[in-house]
Amino acid sequence: MTDITPDNVNAGQTNSTAEAVRRSLSRRNRKQVILQGLGIAAIVFALSMLLILVGTLVSTGFQAFTQTHVEIEVFVDPQEIKSENLPRGGFNNVLATSMGQYFPDVDLSDRAASREITSILSNGAQFKLRDMVVADPDLIGQTIKLKVPTSDPYDQLNKGLIKRDTAEQNRRVDDAAIEKFDRLDELGLVSKPLNTALITNADSRFPELAGLKGALIGSFWALLTCFVISFPLGIGAAIYLEEFAPKNRISDFIEININNLAAVPSVVFGLLALAVFIGWFGLPRSAPLVGGMTLALMTLPTIIIATRAALKAVPPSIREAALGVGASKHQVVFQHVLPLAMPGILTGTIIGLAQALGETAPLLLIGMNAFITSAPTSPFDSATALPTQIFIWADSPERGFVSRTSAAILVLLGFLITMNAIAIYLRQRLHKQW
Amino acid sequence: MKDNLEGRKLVNQMDVKIETRDVQVFYGDTHAIKDVSVDILDKTVTSFIGPSGCGKSTFLRCINRMNDTIPSARVEGTLLLDGEDIYHSGIDPVQLRAKVGMVFQKPNPFPKSIYDNVAYGPRIHGLASTKADLDVIVENSLRRAALWDEAKDRLLEPGTGLSGGQQQRLCIARAVATEPEVLLMDEPCSALDPIATAQVEELIDELKQNFSVVIVTHSMQQAARVSQKTAFFHLGYLVEYGDTDTIFTNPVDPRTESYITGRIG
Ligand SMILES: Nc1ncnc2c1ncn2[C@@H]1O[C@H](COP(=O)(O)OP(=O)(O)OP(=O)(O)O)[C@@H](O)[C@H]1O
Ligand SMILES: [Mg+2]
Repeated sequence: MTDITPDNVNAGQTNSTAEAVRRSLSRRNRKQVILQGLGIAAIVFALSMLLILVGTLVSTGFQAFTQTHVEIEVFVDPQEIKSENLPRGGFNNVLATSMGQYFPDVDLSDRAASREITSILSNGAQFKLRDMVVADPDLIGQTIKLKVPTSDPYDQLNKGLIKRDTAEQNRRVDDAAIEKFDRLDELGLVSKPLNTALITNADSRFPELAGLKGALIGSFWALLTCFVISFPLGIGAAIYLEEFAPKNRISDFIEININNLAAVPSVVFGLLALAVFIGWFGLPRSAPLVGGMTLALMTLPTIIIATRAALKAVPPSIREAALGVGASKHQVVFQHVLPLAMPGILTGTIIGLAQALGETAPLLLIGMNAFITSAPTSPFDSATALPTQIFIWADSPERGFVSRTSAAILVLLGFLITMNAIAIYLRQRLHKQW
Repeated sequence: MKDNLEGRKLVNQMDVKIETRDVQVFYGDTHAIKDVSVDILDKTVTSFIGPSGCGKSTFLRCINRMNDTIPSARVEGTLLLDGEDIYHSGIDPVQLRAKVGMVFQKPNPFPKSIYDNVAYGPRIHGLASTKADLDVIVENSLRRAALWDEAKDRLLEPGTGLSGGQQQRLCIARAVATEPEVLLMDEPCSALDPIATAQVEELIDELKQNFSVVIVTHSMQQAARVSQKTAFFHLGYLVEYGDTDTIFTNPVDPRTESYITGRIG
C-alpha cells in the first residue's frame, strides 16, 4: 500500500499537468498568432513606405537620367573666331548663325529673334564649342557637327513635363517656340540620350548642365578622411577600453560618455567643427577635409561601440586557450581576438560610414552647401557632398532641378545600399565558426 | 601506514615540483579554496578528485595563474614551482604558462587549421627555426595526442571542424607541443570515447617520464589507473592527499571514503 500512494500522487500530477498545459495551450497559441500578425503587419507597413518612397523618387527621378539634345551643323566662321584671340571670340554669334540655317524665316539681325532661337540650346553650348575649338584650332573655317543639350524648358517640353494642351499664358514656352522646336524635331535633329552629364558635370546654374561630379568627389574625399581618422582611432580606443583598460570609475565614465556621444544630434558636431576646426585651427571652409573630420567625430562612437561589441562577442575560451599556451596579452588580442572580431568591426564601420555619407546637417554648418561649379581636385578645395547637393538642388527654383533632386537621391540611395550590401557580404564571408 | 596519517608531508623534498602552502582563493566574497597545502611531485601523475564545485579547477588554475584573467578572483598563500614563487611580482605569467601547460575542461581549439593550432605555441615561443622543425613538432604532438592518424590528411582544415573528442585531443597536442614541464589537465577525457581515453591515458603515462602531470577527473577508475598520487577535495578543502593506492583502498578521512564509495558526490 505504501508503494501505491506515491504512484497515485505522481499520476495525479501528470494528469493535472497535462490538463493545465492543454488549458493554457490555446491561449498561448493565440498570443503567438497575434504577435506574428503584428510583426507581419509592421514589416508590410515598413516595406510599403519604402516602396512609396522609392516609387516617387523613381517616377520623378527617371526623367533626369536622360537629357534632350540637338545636333546642329556649325560653321566655325574665321570672321568671328580667330585663333590668335582664343579662347575669346564670338561663339554665340556662330551658334546663332548656325541655328539660323534651320529657321530661314527668322531675321538674324533682329537681336531678340536671334536670341530666341539660340535659347533653344543650352547656355553651355557656346562653352562646349569654345572648348572644342581651343582643343583643336584647325576646326576654324570648317563645318562641324555639334551635339548639345537643349535648355531646360525645351527639355521639359520634349519629356512631356510641359504639357502642350495647357493654355499658352500658363506655359513656360509659347506656341511660337514650340513650333520652332517641332521643326528641329522634324528635321531629326532632336534626340534624348542618356544624361551622362549627371555624373560627369559639376554643379551649374542651368539644370541641363548640372551634375553630381563635384558632390561625388566631395563625398569621396570626406568619407576617406572620415575613414582614415575614425577607423584606426575607433578600433584603437575600443581595444584599449575592452582589453587593456583597468575596470574602474574612470573607464566606466568614459564608456558612458562614448555612448552619450553616439546619441548627440549631428548638428551639434557641425557647430563644434565650425568653432574648432574652422574657427581655431583656421582650416578652409567648405572643404571635404573638414567635412570628413566632422563626420569622423560622429562615426567614432559608432565604430567604438561596434568594435567593443564585436570584441566582447569573442568567446572567452579562445582567450583562455591562447593564454594557456603562453601567449602574451597583446598576442591574444591581435592574433586571436581581433581577427575573430573583424567581421563585426567591419560591419559596424561600414554602417557608420553609410550614416556619415547621408549626413547633411553638420556639412551645412561648415559650408559644404556652397555653389561650386568645378569638381574639387584635393580634399582642401571647396566642394559639396551628395546630401548637401541634394539640399541645394531641392532648394533651386528651376523646374529641371526637381527631377535632378530625385535622381541625386537615387544615386545616394544606390551608394548606401551598396555599402550595406558590402557589410552583409563581409559579415557572411568572414564569419568563422568556433 | 604512518605516512597516511600525515599525508601532506610525506615526500622527499628533492622530487617536489610544485609546493603550495595555505593557498586561499576567493571569487569576490566566495571562498572557493581554503588552506590548501600540497606537494606535487616531479615525474608523477597526480589526480585531483572530488565532487562538482569543490574547487578542483580553481586550484588547478592557480598553478599557471589562469585565475589572473578572472577579475573577481584573488589568490593568497604561497605557490612554488621549483622553489620559485609563482605569484612573485618578478614572475611573468607568460613565461610561467610556457612551462606549465594546460588542457581545459571544454575543448577550445583556435578557429584556425589543425596544423596552426598545434604550431601556435612553438611559433610564439620560437621553438622551431625552420618549417621542417615545426612540421616535426606538429607531427610528434599529434601522435602523442593520438590524433595523428585521423588528422594527418586534413592538417589544413579548421580545428573547429573536428568532433568534440578529436578537438580535445587537438588541445592536448597543442599543450604538449611547447614541451611544458608541468601539464595541467582539467577533465581531459570527459568528451572522449573509451578508445581515445585509453590513448590519452597512455600519453599521460608517457609524459610522466619527463614531466609532472596533474589531472582532474571524475572517474575513480581513471584516477586509479593513471595516477600515483591522489588529492581529494571537498567544499574547497584538501581533505586527503596521498598515494593513489592508499587513498582508494584505505582512506583515512571518512569523507574520502564516502566519496569513493559513491555516498557523496
Ligand atoms: N569565475 C568564477 N566566478 C565566481 N565563482 C566561481 C568562478 N569559477 C568557479 N567559481 C566557484 O568556485 C567554486 C569552485 O569551482 P570549480 O570550477 O573550481 O569547481 P570544480 O571542482 O572544478 O567543479 P567541476 O567538477 O564541476 O568542474 C564553485 O563554487 C564555483 O561556483
Ligand atoms: Mg572543473
